[in-house]
Amino acid sequence: MSAPPVDATPPQGDRVYRTAWRIERRAHAGPLLAWGVSLGAVLVAMLLTGILFAAFGVDPAEALRRIVDRTLLDGRGFSEVVRRAIPLMLAGVGLTLAFRARFWNIGAEGQLLVGAVAASGVALFSDLPGPLLLPAMFAAAFVAGAAWGLGPALLKVRLGVNEIITTLMLNYVAIYLVRWLINGPWKGTSLSGFAYSDVFEQAAWIPTWGATRLHWPTLAFAVLLALLVAWLLGRTRFGFEVRMMGESPEAARYAGVDFFRTTVALVAVSAGAAGLAGFGEAAGIHHRLVDPNSLSQGYGYTAIIVALLARRDPLAALVTALFLGWVQASGDVMQVALRLPSQITGVTQGLVLLCILATEPLLRYRLTRVRIPVAAASAQGGSADGGPASGAGGREVG
Amino acid sequence: MLPYARSVPDDRTTDPSLPLLQMTGVTKRYPGVVANDAVDLAVARGEVHALLGENGAGKSTLMHVLYGLQAPDAGTIRLRGHEIRFRSPRDAKAAGIGLVAQHFHLARRHTVAENLALALPDTPALFPTRALRGRVEAVARRYGFEVRLEARVAALSPGEQQRVEILKALLQGADLLILDEPTSVLTPQEAERLFEVLEVMKAEGKGVILISHKMDEVLRVADRVTVLRAGRVVATRDAAGADAADLATLMVGRSVQRGRREGAPVPGAVRLRIEELRVEGERGEVRLDEVGFEVRGGEIVGVAGVAGNGQAELAQVLTGLRTPTAGRIRLDDRDVAGLNVRTLFDRGVVHIPEDRNAMGVVGSMQVAENLVLRRHRQAPFARGRLLDWRAVGQNADDAIREHRIATPSRGAVTRTLSGGNVQKVILARELGGRPGLVVASHPSYGLDVAATEDTHRLLRRQRDAGAAVLLVSEDLDELLELSDRIVVLFRGRVTGVLEADGVDRGEIGLRMAGAA
Repeated sequence: MSAPPVDATPPQGDRVYRTAWRIERRAHAGPLLAWGVSLGAVLVAMLLTGILFAAFGVDPAEALRRIVDRTLLDGRGFSEVVRRAIPLMLAGVGLTLAFRARFWNIGAEGQLLVGAVAASGVALFSDLPGPLLLPAMFAAAFVAGAAWGLGPALLKVRLGVNEIITTLMLNYVAIYLVRWLINGPWKGTSLSGFAYSDVFEQAAWIPTWGATRLHWPTLAFAVLLALLVAWLLGRTRFGFEVRMMGESPEAARYAGVDFFRTTVALVAVSAGAAGLAGFGEAAGIHHRLVDPNSLSQGYGYTAIIVALLARRDPLAALVTALFLGWVQASGDVMQVALRLPSQITGVTQGLVLLCILATEPLLRYRLTRVRIPVAAASAQGGSADGGPASGAGGREVG
Repeated sequence: MLPYARSVPDDRTTDPSLPLLQMTGVTKRYPGVVANDAVDLAVARGEVHALLGENGAGKSTLMHVLYGLQAPDAGTIRLRGHEIRFRSPRDAKAAGIGLVAQHFHLARRHTVAENLALALPDTPALFPTRALRGRVEAVARRYGFEVRLEARVAALSPGEQQRVEILKALLQGADLLILDEPTSVLTPQEAERLFEVLEVMKAEGKGVILISHKMDEVLRVADRVTVLRAGRVVATRDAAGADAADLATLMVGRSVQRGRREGAPVPGAVRLRIEELRVEGERGEVRLDEVGFEVRGGEIVGVAGVAGNGQAELAQVLTGLRTPTAGRIRLDDRDVAGLNVRTLFDRGVVHIPEDRNAMGVVGSMQVAENLVLRRHRQAPFARGRLLDWRAVGQNADDAIREHRIATPSRGAVTRTLSGGNVQKVILARELGGRPGLVVASHPSYGLDVAATEDTHRLLRRQRDAGAAVLLVSEDLDELLELSDRIVVLFRGRVTGVLEADGVDRGEIGLRMAGAA
């Protein structure tokens, strides 16, 4: 585990010491360190993206200046950043809850899509009076998202089926469900030749901020949800048991946590939140059910990065969602103003995730410089230290 | 500078009159414990040497030292007359020492041939198993093994897996083989076949160190027996002249018994009654069978037994972590068999678990949180569905003061505490109230003297308050010091319920070994 000895200090008395770098386990990483490491990871990812820009013949500094100009310093541009952050907040906050319990929900994308389907269904086919329409769509989206997550949850607690696989696979089911609906039974009648549903009536549109596409009631609810999840985790018995389950399943079993009920409840909230993101996109942006690629643009997957970058903290997820919303909004700028391929956004997101995962060991280990008495050094062979380098070990007698 | 053990295999032609292995004055200290204290051990060529001792007597440490996993603090090890000093098991293997651990080190999803190829240094990168067959078959024929080279390890019985491990060691050129509790996973028939293999090894002049608790097989297979107790060699005997009772007494030792019940109340009514309890494992194997005994209020009943004879399962069944297959458990005259952890805890069953770090606490949570880990659903910590953090904090401050838990603050991450202080957190939580039944599994294992005293004091206090206390321990001194009666388990059955007063330790040892 240790690097080769850097130098061998001369004998002191009759003991010989050498110094070496050693990787040690940290007992605990504080929040300051965690945030510093996250920030470092993001910076490294941005740097790598810059190199990519240069490879396309675009000056990274100039590109950054123009991106910042059109996203952060421009009112309309900024509204696009926030607008894109809304689904990331909803799905991402939900995922922080699931990830706290080590329920690795990779299915926010599918949960988002079925949420959009349920909301669209209510908007298109119910006879509810106008004022009740949005609340009903909201509820339907939550229930549909939760139901989409419940299958994997039940399979996990009852049969031990890996939730990563089941939630991921259900994303594809959801994608084809939406495609089938907009090409088949729900295909619009007003426009022929296009694969999307009819436009919702105006009462089913979420109000937006001025002339922007910022559907602010959804944003307000996303913030409320983050507060709610933070309160659940910090203040309630339920949250305490969720954390216990995630941190040490064995201790949770000993403490009498009901894995079945707790898992079902937390997945319902987590997946339901993703369903609400789908409601926001369908009723706030498109006002109809559209192709999955236009509807979501991978929000459910980006939300995983949001939750992990936030180190599974729901309030921090609001901030990281804004950051990734900015990355996505920047993608539009890159495409339009800098003529870069739109896939750059995905590459940047991938780099962020990669850097976050790669810096994880920094929270668990630290590098320290140690002085090892050579005689005792051999006593550590095979344990933390990899053993003394040749020539520094023990003596042979006889 | 030192030529490492790598050079030793070339020296196998040395004087055959020297013992194969000679360990002299081997000492290994851990903080607060001397695991091996000036241990001498010699193994001749063609000898099966048994190493006998209770858990924690130092057998494993001694073998780890020999196998290069730990370096001794003092003492010398000579192999074929040459002093050796291993940096790692790789050196030990190169020097001709093989270890068959209790838990096999095999890649379960791979075939036997692949596992063997993985273990050999000269395996080619391409088609690694092709060249192997001839060598394996030669060795297997010599020892009377049957091996299915193409079978996946996961599909093999424990006995077959053990043969793969032995084969691996032999292919690596071992001529001193360490077997750690080899028969614990074997059926009697498989054990017989193992003993036949040992006979062949003896005939070939190889040495075997056999770690075992089982007196009968030690006396049958071994040529000599060394008994360890508390890190020291208490005797080395020829197996031919030794008898089981004598060895059992040597193993558990004798010590003065003090007034166990001074000032304690007379045991009251029966609180826990177990009848014909049967527990089966996941694959239907019997873990406990026909177990029955009682624990009265104000009484401590000890459970003695060699590890793996059903004590862990007994504690799990009583605390709701495992469901009994059959039988009755009555607590204060109510049937509680099969109830879940939470219900049992609410009915006054507290549990000091065996694995305190993995189960007793959540290592990454705060000390204050761990102090309410199971009580978080009860007042004053829970108010409806909410937690009252003020009450949690108050409770933590009180517990830290009362139990002198050494922690920087109540908000400290529990993992950073020492083992003794983690145990204090658990004791403070579990023994803080008025439980009806206390199940304590190895409560002082690995603790220093002061922490052990604290633990015992708290258990006695619960007994004096009228609780029924069940104490599972492998430390016979602890059992004798605290218990009123001792239940001995062997292979999941009760082999004796003994009054602790005036009991003969050899008697307990024999029952632990299933010999009585």
